[in-house]
Amino acid sequence: MKKEYLTLDKVEGALIELSNVHKVGYGEIVQIENKGEKKVGRVIKIDGDKVVIQVFGATLGLSVDNTKVSFKEKPFEIPLSKSILGRTFNGIGKTIDKGGDIYSDKFYNVNGRPINPVAREYPRNYIQTGISSIDALATLIRGQKLPIFSGAGLPHNELAAQIVRHARIKLDGAESDNFSIVFAAIGVKHDEAFYFKEQFRQAGVQNKVVMYINYADDPIMERIIAPKCALTAAEYLAYEENQHVLVIMTDITSYGEALREVSSLREEVPSRKGYPGYLYSDLASLYERAGMIKGIDGSVTLIPILTMPNDDITHPIPDLTGYITEGQIVLSRDLYQKNVYPPINVLPSLSRLMKDGIGEGYTREDHGDVANQLFASYSKVQDVRALAQIVGEDDLSERDRKYLKFGNEFEENFVSQGRNEDRDLMDTLNLAWELFAILPMEELDRLSPKLIEKYM
Amino acid sequence: MTRLNELRGKVQVINGPVIVGKEMTGFKMREMVLVGEKKLIGEIISINGDFGTIQVYEETEGVRRDEYIISTGQPLSLKLGPGMIGNMFDGIQRPLKKIKSQYGNFIPEGIGLISLDEEQLWEVELKVKVGDYLSQGQVFAIVQETQLIQHRLLVPVGIEGKVVNAVGDGKYNFHDELLIVEDSKGIKHPIYMYQEWPVRIQRPVVKRLPIEKLLVTGQRVLDMFFPIARGGTTAIPGGFGTGKTMTQHQLAKWSDADIIIYVGCGERGNEMTEVLEDFPKLIDPNTNRPLMERTILIANTSNMPVAAREASIYTGITMAEYFRDMGYSVAIMADSTSRWAEALREISGRLEEMPAEEGYPAYLPSRLAQFYERAGYVETLSGKEGSVTIIGAVSPAGGDFSEPVTENTKRFVSVFLGLDKELAYSRHYPAINWLTSYSGYTHMIKNYYIERLNEDIEPIRAKMLKLLFEESSLLEIVLLVGEDVLPDDQRLILEIAKVIKNGFLQQNAFHEIDTFVPLEKQLEMLKTIELLYDRGLRCIKQSIPISKVRDGDLYSQVIKMKYKVPNDNLDKLEEIKSNINRFYDKLESDYSNLEVI
Repeated sequence: MKKEYLTLDKVEGALIELSNVHKVGYGEIVQIENKGEKKVGRVIKIDGDKVVIQVFGATLGLSVDNTKVSFKEKPFEIPLSKSILGRTFNGIGKTIDKGGDIYSDKFYNVNGRPINPVAREYPRNYIQTGISSIDALATLIRGQKLPIFSGAGLPHNELAAQIVRHARIKLDGAESDNFSIVFAAIGVKHDEAFYFKEQFRQAGVQNKVVMYINYADDPIMERIIAPKCALTAAEYLAYEENQHVLVIMTDITSYGEALREVSSLREEVPSRKGYPGYLYSDLASLYERAGMIKGIDGSVTLIPILTMPNDDITHPIPDLTGYITEGQIVLSRDLYQKNVYPPINVLPSLSRLMKDGIGEGYTREDHGDVANQLFASYSKVQDVRALAQIVGEDDLSERDRKYLKFGNEFEENFVSQGRNEDRDLMDTLNLAWELFAILPMEELDRLSPKLIEKYM
Repeated sequence: MTRLNELRGKVQVINGPVIVGKEMTGFKMREMVLVGEKKLIGEIISINGDFGTIQVYEETEGVRRDEYIISTGQPLSLKLGPGMIGNMFDGIQRPLKKIKSQYGNFIPEGIGLISLDEEQLWEVELKVKVGDYLSQGQVFAIVQETQLIQHRLLVPVGIEGKVVNAVGDGKYNFHDELLIVEDSKGIKHPIYMYQEWPVRIQRPVVKRLPIEKLLVTGQRVLDMFFPIARGGTTAIPGGFGTGKTMTQHQLAKWSDADIIIYVGCGERGNEMTEVLEDFPKLIDPNTNRPLMERTILIANTSNMPVAAREASIYTGITMAEYFRDMGYSVAIMADSTSRWAEALREISGRLEEMPAEEGYPAYLPSRLAQFYERAGYVETLSGKEGSVTIIGAVSPAGGDFSEPVTENTKRFVSVFLGLDKELAYSRHYPAINWLTSYSGYTHMIKNYYIERLNEDIEPIRAKMLKLLFEESSLLEIVLLVGEDVLPDDQRLILEIAKVIKNGFLQQNAFHEIDTFVPLEKQLEMLKTIELLYDRGLRCIKQSIPISKVRDGDLYSQVIKMKYKVPNDNLDKLEEIKSNINRFYDKLESDYSNLEVI
């Protein structure tokens, strides 16, 4: 018979405190009953016989003497089986569609465990997204974690949906059975969640999608657990069911804010901008769950989306994310205002894994050089534009005018593409060669002469 | 491990990786303890009356109040002996390969204290015999650990005396007593193949020697402009995406240290996997053996427990000192020291210590200093010369070099290689900014260049750096008024600076010739660029216009020399030089004829 505790010491925000508790485990799950309503909580601190519990769900109506607390003697676990595909859950892994509960005898700890670096397989297979600026310049690799850095009002959701639609088709060349999507919505607006649902339906993948949804008006504590549930499901699908799993998480900024809220409730010492000192470790415990394991077919590819507050890339959340993830895709407001879609600013965008997943045997022999040349030339364009603003376009040298033309064509024809356009990588590379023709030959110093001969 | 007087405390407080126990009287500061039923490994970081605070190196989820805390009587120590080279360890020296074979693909908690393989037999060649007098730190036997590395077994620190028993040459493992040494008081000490050493204590040496040798890295911007010295300290700060890890990998691959210790501290798992996959395939240019045969990896990836991240740096430096004591030159790459500092901050926060700048504890600078001061060029107890070179990456928040970790690191290192976002965006790698970087060793190692290259490189280095500095101030003017209004001699500086940047400073890590360049070629390349500048300048002084002086073909020959000239055949550079001379001779004579007419 489990003990029930009937008196709380303190209720503050989403935290409750009680005392005279014995033999409680750190991280243990707690059931909180208030007037017949059951909530779940988790032990986040043990101090002598006092215990601090973080409540998932609202603490509205809780008082120190109308609440029953019982300890479950196990960590936070969710049941998983293949039947999760096509289902929708809330942030703590409870079903919220009409399909009933998931029954499985296998329960998984949502915190997961670190993959042994020795067991990892270094990711090398590229995923074609059909978007030129990503495929050519920040190639997505299966098993990679590649975030989209965006800003409020920029079309990051559309971009993510487009990647899902087209990447699905290109996996292993043909329509493959072993592909699934895990979607974690962390503090998103209802209409955003609806948009994604609709997109998945249109792409005909709704039976391959597992959704974990925590709306912006849902309890903050669930927000912290939602991505962990989603990643646990992704790991299960990848490493036990041999699926290639694409995980989309939006919006990491809300996650960071939830962490900060809890941290300040716990009266912890803050570091930058009030975020807790463990923000880096905490984000890493999410992102590092992407990857591949030797001897297992499946993979977890992670595309987190985050909105940079005030478009500031040095804000702690994008900053720390950039240090953990294997590159980033940065969206730019300037480009969006120029009507460029997708408004990907290629200069700060980067894929750290592309160096080993492109070129001969993977994509095409010229891919590496082409990417380098595009970066170098487009970064030159920025200098020329700055100069043109001062001296005027007419006073530019012949060479600089060519750069201006190159820059404009690059943005209008290469970066820009239709919202449903699925551009093949070969077409993308050929397009790049057409752009190079605009520039004087001696400016193409990143291309090897052999390639120039072959493709120019 | 022996537990004669095992003490037991009880868990009272659990807060993430920090646990407080009571009934802890008798536990010692910095002692290693086993916590709870799972026997998690932890270290005592403060004692207050009956209470002791422990930082736990494993995930603490599931630990309950009143579970036991068991003393080990020892500070956090390493087993130092054969079996380290080519291996990968976690932050507290547990071998990850073994963990994988025993526990599968994910790392569980409660593995316990395992380290080097104690059963493996090693071929031991004894260097001493019964009756010899041994002093501490002396080499008493050797084990050929890999084809590259001879593992010299050292008499443990603190033991001196006469050998009263010794085994013959043969195969032994960690359990075998190789020697028995009787000290002056008549106490007999068994000596094994391994010894233990606490990670937080510096290993003793006879004395420090002056720094005067270059650590050759094969990277032009370093060897010629900002040299790293053997036994020196270097910091590489840079925001994300500027190529810190790439630069560290290049140094781990190509620098001419005998042993490389690579500490992945709070970084990406895939990066460690990459090293594990790449290094066995790469061949060391100095020895023609796979690089893995001289490399030790320590991995505490960003999702592994944070307290072990704090320890990983010490684990690495202790291993480095041990090999230094055998007379080797060791280089340790710590990627990244910021994660280590953040681990300090995280634990400090959980201890509710008063924070200093940006939440970092006030003891951050002293900890950094203690770490970097463990580098050095020394005379070891065995009478040999050895060195530990520290190369630490720093990941400043927001790429801002004025944050506390970068600022404080700067005070304790002599080489500062600032990585630059703008350079990285235009894919200029290594993105080392020549305006903000510096090396304090250029004068100390001057003689090394003279011996190796028969020439003092300082004048040409100064000349090239001056051109780059002048370029940067000229570029500001160009940005305002355009290039055309500058006088020709200044435009020449811009053109030559471009050649230095594209043809010399930029180095392609993926190009088979360019990834590692011997010193001789580096110097000749610089001289070629110097010739291009000097001849060009002479023409401009004769009023020959820049459009004629800057010949596209000639310049592109110089820029492409890094790819076109093989590392072992410098005659090709002489060809380019004579092309330059021929071109300008002709140009000058054409113009002087013009004047005559």
